[in-house]
Amino acid sequence: MNRDLIERRVLGVLRPVLIVSLLIVTIFPFYYMVMLSFRPLDSVLQEPGALWPSWGEIDFNTYREVLKPTGDGGQGFLTFIKNSLLVAVGTVVLTLIVSIPGAYAVSRLEFFGRRQIGALFLGVYFFPAILLAIPLFVFFTRIGQRGTLTGLLVVYVAQVAAVSIYMLRNYFDTIPASLEEAAAIDGCTRLRAMWHVSLPLAMPAIASNALFVFMIAWNEFLFALLFLVERRDNWTVSLGLSQLAGSIEVPTTVLMAGSVILTLPIILMFFLSERWLAGGLTAGAEKG
Amino acid sequence: MSKTTAQAPTPQARDSDPPAGRDNSARGRQDRRTGYLLISPTFLIVAVMVVLPILWTFSLAFQQVRLLNLRQTGILGSYSFDNFVAVLTSSGFVDALVTTLIYSVAGTTCAIGLGLVAALALRRSFRGRGLVRAAMLIPYVAPVVAATFVWSTMLNPQFGLVNHYGASLLGWNEPIAFLSSSDPPSFFGLDLHVSTALVTVVLFEGWRSFPFAFLFLTARMQAIPETLEEAALVDGATPTQRFRHIILPQLLPTIAVLTVLRFIWTFNNFDDIFLLTGGGAGTKVVTVRVYDYLINQGDIGAAAAQALVLAAILAVLVGIYLKFFGRSEEVA
Repeated sequence: MNRDLIERRVLGVLRPVLIVSLLIVTIFPFYYMVMLSFRPLDSVLQEPGALWPSWGEIDFNTYREVLKPTGDGGQGFLTFIKNSLLVAVGTVVLTLIVSIPGAYAVSRLEFFGRRQIGALFLGVYFFPAILLAIPLFVFFTRIGQRGTLTGLLVVYVAQVAAVSIYMLRNYFDTIPASLEEAAAIDGCTRLRAMWHVSLPLAMPAIASNALFVFMIAWNEFLFALLFLVERRDNWTVSLGLSQLAGSIEVPTTVLMAGSVILTLPIILMFFLSERWLAGGLTAGAEKG
Repeated sequence: MSKTTAQAPTPQARDSDPPAGRDNSARGRQDRRTGYLLISPTFLIVAVMVVLPILWTFSLAFQQVRLLNLRQTGILGSYSFDNFVAVLTSSGFVDALVTTLIYSVAGTTCAIGLGLVAALALRRSFRGRGLVRAAMLIPYVAPVVAATFVWSTMLNPQFGLVNHYGASLLGWNEPIAFLSSSDPPSFFGLDLHVSTALVTVVLFEGWRSFPFAFLFLTARMQAIPETLEEAALVDGATPTQRFRHIILPQLLPTIAVLTVLRFIWTFNNFDDIFLLTGGGAGTKVVTVRVYDYLINQGDIGAAAAQALVLAAILAVLVGIYLKFFGRSEEVA
């Protein structure tokens, strides 16, 4: 047997083994999360190695308990979901309002400092978030807005606006300028041409950008921790889960239900928009 | 350079750009005005919420600001280097810096290594590959709080799945406290001089970030012309030879960019370690120390000084890296 054949044989066996192990490593923790959320705690403690729930023990009470308001003995995740949604949707809307015109300007219009602006915005992204967190923490404490969802939302918009502009600019660049020139000849102003010609064409990019921003805001932890930790009624799902994870009183299975609630929207959105988003992740990542 | 790989940080000139020089036609002037109008909201929010705060951090770092006396401090305080002296000479500083470096280098290596393996394994097409590729990205998109929570449950010494199977299948004598043990792990007598908890958080970082490397490397591999490999095949190159001499050289520029990006982000990472270990058991990185100063000690000045030191070290390290490897990226 020559080297080529040996290598082919070995790799032929290794490849499927690798693919299966990679799949297990990436997916199993999430499967485990879902499974644990349906099992009663004492059964988990008795049989920690069970890989699927046994018949009859499947239990949806964990979800009821995690969602119920604290007044009724629950963990109040329904409020957290509402807060997370408010912040995430608000961030998406505000970010798009500022970044669509911004991206259009950077892509289409010649003005002084246009190149530098992109570099400036993106340089910000290599700054440690914790460095930025200190002055913002101090600032919002002093104006008495720490603990409010509005304060958090404004910070999020500032954080994602640059990446959003970068992603959208790349897309505007692919739309031929001649389309707008045609509109200009027909008497359209710049803004009308942008609104009626380029914006509808950019819709796919805007949608994927919206999802991307939503995911960042929904997943964010550090600023939520610094801003909201003293105000339980304003906790986001991420913050709520992290705060309750440390306490002994809340059963792990109940918190697993909370984890599923935190993760599921993101995974669903991801699979629904995988085709768009995979590109979006690299695009955002290039400068994010 | 292909569209999907990372580019140099400054926006490049594009074909659609108007020629250089000021266009003084009516439309040119109007465009400039519209441009400023459209960019100003973003500019304003980034300036107020990002640029000014960064500048303010400098001011805070040179003053004695504490959470308690916050209301009395202004821009015009008494400035001194005390915070920097205190932070740099405090007992845990060197340890935290070393831990951060180990965490960043090892974490980056794990993430890129695993990403490369995954990209190679999924290179040839098969049924359901699209779905497998999408699944590979889940650890990267999932919320960090949920991911750390499920892993700390799985690694729990009392009822965690990993310790259960470690005991029953691998014959571990006693459960391993993956996230709270300061003892060095024993890999066949290999002495690593780092705590078990640090190894665990590094592996977690590899697990969570490899999809990012996987995505970039997959995109780059798709851009390698097939004729190159066909030619090597005709010349009788074996699979590993083809990887070593054809594929790897094509990937190196991408790997170099990934190394910088991942290193920066891992160096700045706070969430993962804070959520997994809280900075205990030999995992206290500099970002967690900043948080400690800020929240637990309420010493804003020290926190700001520590954060600036972190940023400065990062800038120096990235600068050195770019000086030595910058050229290879330009070729890309």
